[in-house]
Formats: sequence, C-alpha cells, structure tokens
Amino acid sequence: MAKERKVPALIDNPMSFCAGCGHGIVIRLVAECIEELNQQDNIIFPIGVGCSSLLGGGMVADRLHCPHGRAASVATGMKRVTPDTTIITYQGDGDAYNIGISESLNAAYRNENITVITINNTNFGMTGGQMSWTSLPDQKTTTSPKGRDSGATGLPFRFPEMVAGQFDVAYAARGTVTSPKNVNKLKKYIKNGLEAQINGEGYSIIEVLSPCPTNWGLNPVKAMEQIEEQLIPYYPLGVFKNRKEKQDA
Amino acid sequence: MESINLKSERCKQCELCFAHCPSDAISFSNELNKAGFNFACVDEEKCIRCGICYTMCPDGVYAIAINPQAKGEQ
Amino acid sequence: MADMIKGNVAIAEAAVRAGVQFYAGYPITPSTEIMEYLSGRLPELGRSFVQAESEVSGINMVMGAAACGFRALTASSGPGISLKQEGISCISDEELACVVINVVRYGNGLGTLYSSQCDYFRETRGGGNGDYRCIVLTPESIQEAVDLMAPAFELAEKYRIVTVFMTEGALGQMMEPCVLPDFIEPERHSWALNGKYTYKKIGIFDRNSMTEAVALNEKHALIKENEQRWESGHVEDADYVFVAYGLPGRSVKGAVKELRKEGHKVGFIRPITTWPFPENGFKEVNQNVKGFITVEASATGQLVDDVALTAKRVFRERNVPAWSLCCVYGVPSLKFTKDGFARIMNNELKEAY
Repeated sequence: MAKERKVPALIDNPMSFCAGCGHGIVIRLVAECIEELNQQDNIIFPIGVGCSSLLGGGMVADRLHCPHGRAASVATGMKRVTPDTTIITYQGDGDAYNIGISESLNAAYRNENITVITINNTNFGMTGGQMSWTSLPDQKTTTSPKGRDSGATGLPFRFPEMVAGQFDVAYAARGTVTSPKNVNKLKKYIKNGLEAQINGEGYSIIEVLSPCPTNWGLNPVKAMEQIEEQLIPYYPLGVFKNRKEKQDA
Repeated sequence: MESINLKSERCKQCELCFAHCPSDAISFSNELNKAGFNFACVDEEKCIRCGICYTMCPDGVYAIAINPQAKGEQ
Repeated sequence: MADMIKGNVAIAEAAVRAGVQFYAGYPITPSTEIMEYLSGRLPELGRSFVQAESEVSGINMVMGAAACGFRALTASSGPGISLKQEGISCISDEELACVVINVVRYGNGLGTLYSSQCDYFRETRGGGNGDYRCIVLTPESIQEAVDLMAPAFELAEKYRIVTVFMTEGALGQMMEPCVLPDFIEPERHSWALNGKYTYKKIGIFDRNSMTEAVALNEKHALIKENEQRWESGHVEDADYVFVAYGLPGRSVKGAVKELRKEGHKVGFIRPITTWPFPENGFKEVNQNVKGFITVEASATGQLVDDVALTAKRVFRERNVPAWSLCCVYGVPSLKFTKDGFARIMNNELKEAY
C-alpha cells in the first residue's frame, strides 16, 4: 500500500541548490526526522558557510549562519544554554573538515550533545570546486588541476571513523543519497543521531556522500554513479560508532 | 485512492526521479517552467504511487496524498 | 562594607551578579583569573562554563549562547582578542548582544605581560572586518568596573551590539576595596532563537545589505548621541585639559590636583566610554583652552587621535593643539604626568596635532 509522502513544512520552499545537488535530499530527510521526533518547534540549526548556507533561504526554522567552520562551537554555546533544544549543525566538508577541523574535532572530543550533519561532496562547491581535504587522490579540482597530489596535499580523511575511533562520542555514521535504498538508510542514521541527542547520549555525526554535479562536470545521474564507483570504496558507508542502547538491544 | 501531485515550478530537471522510477512513469515536458527547465511529468496510469520519485527528488517536486475519502473506507 | 578583592575576580563575580549565564574562553595572562573563577562559580549556580580549545572557538560559543538570548561573556587579552575578531564581527553582523572583556597587555604579535592601553584603536574601531563599532567601557578602578558590568550588558542588549569591557593588566591583577553589586536576573531576549521560530530571520543570501547599512548608521548615531559617559574636572577655566581613561585616567586626576595647587589652570576629561567618544565632555571645556594632553599607556599615542578629532569638531574656528604623553610598560604615574606637563610648558615636546 502506498504511503503518504509530503515535504515537511519546515523546508517546503524552493531552494537554490544546483540541479541534482544532494543537499535537497538530505535536508528533506533531516526535516522528516525532526517531524517524526516531534521536534519541529524545538530546533535550531547553526549553519555553515558554503553551499550549506543556501539552506537558510528555504528553511522555516530557527537558524544562525556561523562564521566559516565554527558551527560546532556555535552549537556548543546554544546547547549549553538551552539543553532541551535540539541543535543540528549543517555544514559542508570544506566548512567542517578544512577551516573548521579544530572546532569540529573539539566538539566531538568534548562529546558535546549536538548532532552534526556534514555534506561531503569532496570539493568546495560554493566557490567553484576547489580541492577539499576530502578530495580523492588524483581528483581534478580548480586548485588541483592536474589531479590531487596526495603526497604533497595529504590523503583524504575520514572524519566519522576518526571520532568514532578516538573519542567518546555517541554516534557516528556515513550514508549517501545515490539510490532510494541508500536514502532510506541515511534517514535511519539521521534519526539515530537526533535520538541520541534528544536522549542526552552525546555527540552524533552523520556524514553524507553527496554529489556535486556542477563542479564535478557530470550530469546528476552520472554524479550519483561516480559516488558509487569512486567515493564509496574510499569512504565506506555504515555506522562506525553505535548508540549504547542499540548495542544492548 | 492515492494521488500523486507535482510542484512543477520547482523541477530542475535533474532526472534523478526518472532514473529511479520503477514503472517508467516519468517523462519531461516540452514546455519550460519559470526557471527554464523541461519539468517532470507523471503518467498517472503507469504510476504505482511508490514514492521513489519523492525519495530521490532534491527539490520537493513530488507529493503523494492519500485521498481522505479512501482513507475512511479502509 | 568594602572587601579587598582582585580586579579580575571582582569583575568575574560582577558578571555573575549581572546574570551571565554562559562563559567560554581560553586562558591568557593577565585575564586568566576571570575564567578560573567562573569555571567554579558558574556551575555552582547551574550556569554554563566551557574551556574552549581556542579563542576563536570561545567567541563562537558565546555567539551561540547570545543567539539563544542569554547573557554570554568571554574574556581575553591582546592576541587572544585578535583571534576573537572574526566572531565579534559576526556577532555584530547578526546584531546579537554580548560582552567581551579585554584585559589589555602591551605589545604587537604575542605581546608581553606588561599592563597597557595599546589596543585602543582596535577596540574603539570595531576590530574586525566590516562597518561596525563596539561600545567600549574603560573603568578606572575595580569599583567602577564592577559597577559597569550590568550596564555593559544592558547597553549591549539595548542596541544589540557587542560591548567591549576594556581594562588593563594592572587593573585585573591589583587588589583594592570594592563593594560588589546586587544579583539581577535578566530575562531571555524576545529576539532569541528558542527553537520555535518566533523570531523570524531571513537567509544570509536574502538580506538587503543596503537597507541594513542605513539602519546600522542610524543605530551608531543614536549610540553616539545617547551613551557618552565621562568624568571631568576643572575644565571650565582650564588652559590645558588632560584626557586619559582607565588607570592613567585615575592617576591624571591626582596630577591635576597637584598642578592646580601649584597654580596651573589644568583640568581633565576621563572617558568612561571610549566609543562612543565623550564629545559632549569637550563642549564643557573653556572656549579659550590652549591645548589637550593625553596620557596613555602606549608607545605611539592612540587616544590622542580621537582627542584631536573631537577638538576639531568642538572648536571649529581654531586649531587647539593636542599632545600625547605616552607611557609604555605600566601605568603612567602622577610624576610622569607632571614631568610631561613641564616639558610641554617648556616647549620640549612637540604637539601631535
């Protein structure tokens, strides 16, 4: 039997992402989870700088544009003064993992009771596709025109695995938006992350492998295939740190 | 009976719905929407209301509604 | 009953009594006692303290707490405040309210541990990128500092602006008798983010910067009109008026007293707000004044620029010269001021303007 499907009121507005950009899917999933957890009147989004900033235009919820990379710190301030409000940072990989690596890691280190959503599209989308710390080896970007030289620029790094392995966090997962099956799985990850926060379990991060058709120079369907073929082998999908109650169950 | 409703003006013709539709119900209009895209159209006969288009659409084009009368009959 | 108390500790307790709900910061001499004190005191009252990983992070935590409508505070010194400028500029852009304490230490770059007033330009000009100012309060004593803490927040909230509480290393580290203010319980701001979207905001790309610029200009003009604070003495008949704030402002008052006894017609203006600069205090000065003399704890002379500009506005028909007595490393003493005055009288010191 068919299920009712309706874009949540929280984000039911046109947004100015490029055609085929994954942001729109992730935002909808976040909004669906918020509604299902009855948090729509109890939510603040500290938003990063980059394409993630475009979220602010279409969202009908409290949000604050944070200085570049600092969303996890802003979220910390918000959460400490309003511990019963659900705080979700929404950032890209450039924001959270390049300029904001310190703030991102330190929030995880403190096991701050916030949920971090990072859209990893392996480049700086907003400024036109520069190399990110998550760009793959040999990936061509506008600042690695001959392909990323990992010997000189470092290897792409895996944030959820890092915090899951090193820090006392509540939940860490990576999903993607390449297929209905993966989208549904991603929604479960997001919901777990939010539930972890609502239950006071601590820091949760959900990284999303997301296409950037514009800067990858691919059509949206091909961009999704690129994730399947090239990104997932490097960035495995799954849960790297599960919630304690889930492990017990 | 479920109905499928489209906000065509939001369509950016990324074709992710088209690529994943299990019943080949989606095509693209010859007309352009305000944003200048050949927007997605659904063949209601072929459509099985599975919601995959909703799931894959980044732009909130699709909605599937359950007819309230039909709900009452169940 | 006044108790002996250390400046930084008194200021921290005054902030607690002013209703500070959140503190985040990073240690740096000579401000550290503020966060050390609050690390115990705030949790004791069920409020929040975070030792941030950096000054950058600390100010952004303050931004988050301020956005949620609570009184939020951070403190640092010299280079630490440099790191906070990104956040201060963004807080100003979002028109949030908070208080930033700068316990000023001398020097460029990493600086030194000497007490100083060398951050005058940065604090009174906004400090970060963009087109904004912060209200800057500059107390002369521990008593005045604790009395200014609640007003610091009230001003920040009234105008939705950042208040910089600019003290000096020496004021933070010294002890003197002080009566602490009473506790107040401020309300959460109506414009706070509360998770319910009751305060509508628009996306960063949907804002109209041109309209906002007009409103911002009006706001700054209103603050200049309404919020100048200063103390002055003997300015009506003064030939020379000293201008100094903070601890030098306090020591200059002693110098004026002695110079008056010696027959010199001198007066003083002690800005309590260095932004807005107390132009109105200059309007009370003798129309035939022969000059202004700043006494300031910096090498290059910074306050003197504002004094000269203000003199230009107030005494339009003639140029009133302005001298700067610059005292690097520490608090200019009474003797320093008197000696400097003598040099000016003997034409040994060229005017700055």
